[in-house]
Amino acid sequence: MTATDTHRDSPFPHRHLLGIEGLHPHEILGLLDRAEEAVEISRQVHKRKQVLEGRTQINLFFENSTRTQSSFELAGKRLGADVMNMAVSQSSVKKGETLIDTAATLNAMHPDLLVVRHHAAGAVHLLARKVGCSVVNAGDGPHEHPTQALLDALTIRRHKGKIARLTVAICGDIAHSRVARSNIILLNALGARVRVIAPSTLLPSGIAQMGAEVFNDMREGLKGADIVMMLRLQRERMNGAFVPSVREYYRYYGLDAEKLGFAKDDALVMHPGPMNRGVEIDASIADGAQSLIREQVEMGVAVRMAVLEALAANLPNN
Amino acid sequence: MAIDTPKPLVLSNARVIDPARGLDAPGSVIIADGTILAAGPEAANQGAPYGAEIVDCKGSIACPGLIDMCVSVGEPGAEHRETLASASEAAAAGGITTICTMPDTDPIIDDPALVDFILRRARDTASVNVHPLAALTKGLAGNEMTEIGLLKEAGAVAFTNGHRSVKNAQVMRRMMTYARDFDALVIHHTEDPDLAGGVMNAGLNASWKGLSGVPREAEIIMLERDLRLVGMSKGKYHANLISTSESADVIRTGKKRGLDVTAGISVNHLTHNENDIGAYRTFFKMSPPLRDEDDRQSMIAAVADGTIDIICSNHDPQDVETKRHPWAEAEDGAIGLETLLAAALRLYHSEQVDLTTLLATMTSGPADRLGLETGRLTKGAPADVTVFDLERPWVLEKSAIRSRSKNSPFEDARFSGRVLKTVVSGKTVYNYN
Repeated sequence: MTATDTHRDSPFPHRHLLGIEGLHPHEILGLLDRAEEAVEISRQVHKRKQVLEGRTQINLFFENSTRTQSSFELAGKRLGADVMNMAVSQSSVKKGETLIDTAATLNAMHPDLLVVRHHAAGAVHLLARKVGCSVVNAGDGPHEHPTQALLDALTIRRHKGKIARLTVAICGDIAHSRVARSNIILLNALGARVRVIAPSTLLPSGIAQMGAEVFNDMREGLKGADIVMMLRLQRERMNGAFVPSVREYYRYYGLDAEKLGFAKDDALVMHPGPMNRGVEIDASIADGAQSLIREQVEMGVAVRMAVLEALAANLPNN
Repeated sequence: MAIDTPKPLVLSNARVIDPARGLDAPGSVIIADGTILAAGPEAANQGAPYGAEIVDCKGSIACPGLIDMCVSVGEPGAEHRETLASASEAAAAGGITTICTMPDTDPIIDDPALVDFILRRARDTASVNVHPLAALTKGLAGNEMTEIGLLKEAGAVAFTNGHRSVKNAQVMRRMMTYARDFDALVIHHTEDPDLAGGVMNAGLNASWKGLSGVPREAEIIMLERDLRLVGMSKGKYHANLISTSESADVIRTGKKRGLDVTAGISVNHLTHNENDIGAYRTFFKMSPPLRDEDDRQSMIAAVADGTIDIICSNHDPQDVETKRHPWAEAEDGAIGLETLLAAALRLYHSEQVDLTTLLATMTSGPADRLGLETGRLTKGAPADVTVFDLERPWVLEKSAIRSRSKNSPFEDARFSGRVLKTVVSGKTVYNYN
């Protein structure tokens, strides 16, 4: 991986990480290279670096996400930051406090890094305009989830040695998926061939112009794929609104051994979690030899360390 | 409005444009007793009435005061957003002398007493003419028709379901049929709420932003349905805010078939497109949503060829409590009274619509449709006049906005064309500087 090592110190001239959109390929590679280092640190007995010493990181989660929140928490702590978790219950929203009020309150506490998960697309952009610190998007509605795409890329690169020219098939609820959007942008930026596989009701309009080849037939779409990336299907979309039933969805779009057989023999399976076994993925695949799903979690911490470190380098008084 | 009659006024040395007569010529406007005595070249050589104030327009344009057919005011119920007084001040600064107020207030204007309330409040507090639009259905719920006869008698100039469509075709059909007996105009927001189901124009842009889309068909289907119902009922119908090229086609076809239909558009849809939304800027969130550039161009062409009869501001004041939210949770609406004329003049400056046609959509167009005496500079008409400099550049600064709410999509925008003087019934209600 000597070729990519050159990106380790490439500048990351952004105050926020609101999405993959707008990132230059060398900036993405720079984050991945930093993350490689973070993987090493995380595997040591002594897991701490001091680059965020004295910095305050607030994890502001308007939507529950144990996985992403703990990943960011651990990432911040391993870099020496003081990390506070704020789960904003719906009640304070119902009380009429706007997102802006919450932002203003937090801003007054002088955080350096604000990690935000919100159910509405663009919420992090609104926040970023109103606070003085760096904002990291930890998922904004169906818009973007940049650290997920970065951790997916890191996982892929560690196994395949590259991203360029790999065929990556993203399967499932593309229309409502921030993971899909961020991945489509990132994978295209790094030269992968992206496919999306879903029933048309779960595809966003204009998908053909979004940089992905579109398949409605999963077997066709999986042919020759190097990576099979499954997406979670929300319960409320399974019962007639977008697809008729769980069993019909599983029949045509659930990843089982037979369908995976259409992909390359060394194809690897990914899922951002949490999984619905028996809905979009068969248990034997999720837990099988080709699955990278657990490793994705490990890479998540590493990538988030890389992102926090890169943003911290641009903080004032650094 | 002042009870005493203002002194006579002569607007001399003006370029007089009166779209109702197709007049565009140098001349004067002579005003006495709140009415037009003469306007145009024939007025230039007449003497001024005794005691008249004489204003040298220095070649600026004098045209009929603008009529804005779609204005939301927060009164009653949301006076913190806008009152009739603040709206009329904003209107006057924008050269608008008549506003038609939408009924979607709190309470909803679905009762003759409430129409009377608006008219009394306007008489006591507003400096421009105020004509209430009454609700088409009780509570705007889309189920039961309001007292169209009594409301009209109380002073409602037309009937509308506000920014909501009447979903039930049978209800719509009956109302149009009943309204016809009273020669009442039905103004309709054409958007199928089930099919709409989104927060910005459907398409690639919405897909990348992760926002649910409002397909253009939601508007087209509702409009097509409505024109079939107009055909059945033979009523008077105005599509309030159209936004797609196919909608213009539907209107063209309807007019060709001899239906009594007209179409309106908000100036926002003639001057902005969905790309202006940028990073989820909610001042650009409106209904119908801003469409793409192809639609915007089609809409301009439809104004130029007369398919679209009326341009309005669709003024809709929203405050930070309703606008400073993530896009999907923010309210629709943008203010526009102060910028209606200046924004519309962009179509003239881009050489896409000639000036008389453009001004007709904001003067004689709405006046004819609503049966108002204003909107023209003919002898005996109420002396509602706007004087503006076609070229003068200016920038809309947030601090200078007169409206109580500041949600303008034109914040910091540059305009060519500045209102200099606004006259309502012979009384000057706005002077620049």
